[in-house]
Amino acid sequence: METHGLDRILREHPFFAGLEEDFCQLVCGCARNVRFDAGQHLFREGEPASEFFLIRQGRVALEIRAPGRGAITFQTVGEGEIVGVSWLIPPYRWTYDAKALEVVRAIGINATCLRDKSESDHDLGYELMKRFVPVLVQRLQATRLQILDVYGSPA
Amino acid sequence: MAAPPEPVLAAPLVDPMLPRVGRVRARRRDAPLVFTLEIEPAEGSLPPFAPGQFNMLTVFGVGEVPISLSGDPARPGRLIHTVRAVGPVSTALSRLDRGDPVGLRGPFGTGWPVEQAAGSDVVVVAGGLGLAPLRPALYQLLAPRRRYGRIALLYGTRSPADILFAREIDAWRRRKDIEVHVTVDHATGDWPHQVGVVTSLISRARFDPARTTALVCGPEVMMRFAIGTLQGAGVASTQIYLSLERNMKCAIGLCGHCQMGAAFICRDGPVFRHDRVRDMLALREI
Repeated sequence: METHGLDRILREHPFFAGLEEDFCQLVCGCARNVRFDAGQHLFREGEPASEFFLIRQGRVALEIRAPGRGAITFQTVGEGEIVGVSWLIPPYRWTYDAKALEVVRAIGINATCLRDKSESDHDLGYELMKRFVPVLVQRLQATRLQILDVYGSPA
Repeated sequence: MAAPPEPVLAAPLVDPMLPRVGRVRARRRDAPLVFTLEIEPAEGSLPPFAPGQFNMLTVFGVGEVPISLSGDPARPGRLIHTVRAVGPVSTALSRLDRGDPVGLRGPFGTGWPVEQAAGSDVVVVAGGLGLAPLRPALYQLLAPRRRYGRIALLYGTRSPADILFAREIDAWRRRKDIEVHVTVDHATGDWPHQVGVVTSLISRARFDPARTTALVCGPEVMMRFAIGTLQGAGVASTQIYLSLERNMKCAIGLCGHCQMGAAFICRDGPVFRHDRVRDMLALREI
């Protein structure tokens, strides 16, 4: 796989900013360029979490489907952000849908490939965790605010 | 013998507890349970107001509530108040028709530091109904636009149906001199814009944290998270202003209902600089 261009793109993405050269090469070996049209799903709930995405351009809606209510968007993710953290945790299945709201260009990272490399190289795994945990904490805090429904009627 | 000099009469004092009478000129629904009243004085003119101040509105026979001014300070002839119908008085306000009388006291309280912010970037973070008291500040910021650096409006609310002043926000979006981001906490599939909490917008806005003034208004929990995120982005506590809400009754710092520590929200606020109330915000007892 040609990784020279990916290497540059990966370094320029905020999520991997400042990543050491050796780690960058390891991640690049699991990466590919992907494109999704508006309305196309990056993944759907229940599917194996086999690839996560670094968004380079466009916006993605994260949705949960509820009986009688259709798709409810609980978050949109855009340029410079990542889509998908379920690949980190067994049973490695998506717990929501991710749908492109417009043309989306992204780097797809093969999750099995990266998990295997992280098992072999715990320094890489630790580096990845340091980057993913803040994202998880931010999303947990956001979820708390959404659950509080702070804009609801105080009555 | 010369006639004694005429006694010098002091100008009559306006009793701040005495409501004057206004009349509803128009009423418009903005969102579920939220409406905007346009009120004009039954006689005389209205005093000027600063962005962030509030009036006490009376529905005669029902009661009195503090409501922020949400109109343009440059057009003081009509009072604009945006109200959510949640209690007996605000619900009664929501039922007023054109021509109905309303009691008015005010304006009261401190305002947003719009003048002090001249020369700096300004980030306006509004949550839900919190956009209403910030709208007068936006009018003032945008009027002499060249006096400020970058201006960003970051607005979060519950759902697309709850967005206040939607047409005005669209007009601001079309301007090139203000960056507007709107997000909702939840949406169905046909909503094409941002979904997520308002704090997530702060990283998207362009501003220089070292020379930024932030104006924050919304539910207190939302403000705590927004202020934390602003500080994380490098905005100093001394450059962050927030509007607090407590149970205001007299509006002139006498009754103590709205006391928070040594401060009376009605008199010393509702707009405070963050570093001056930070410790009190952390006290669960108040």
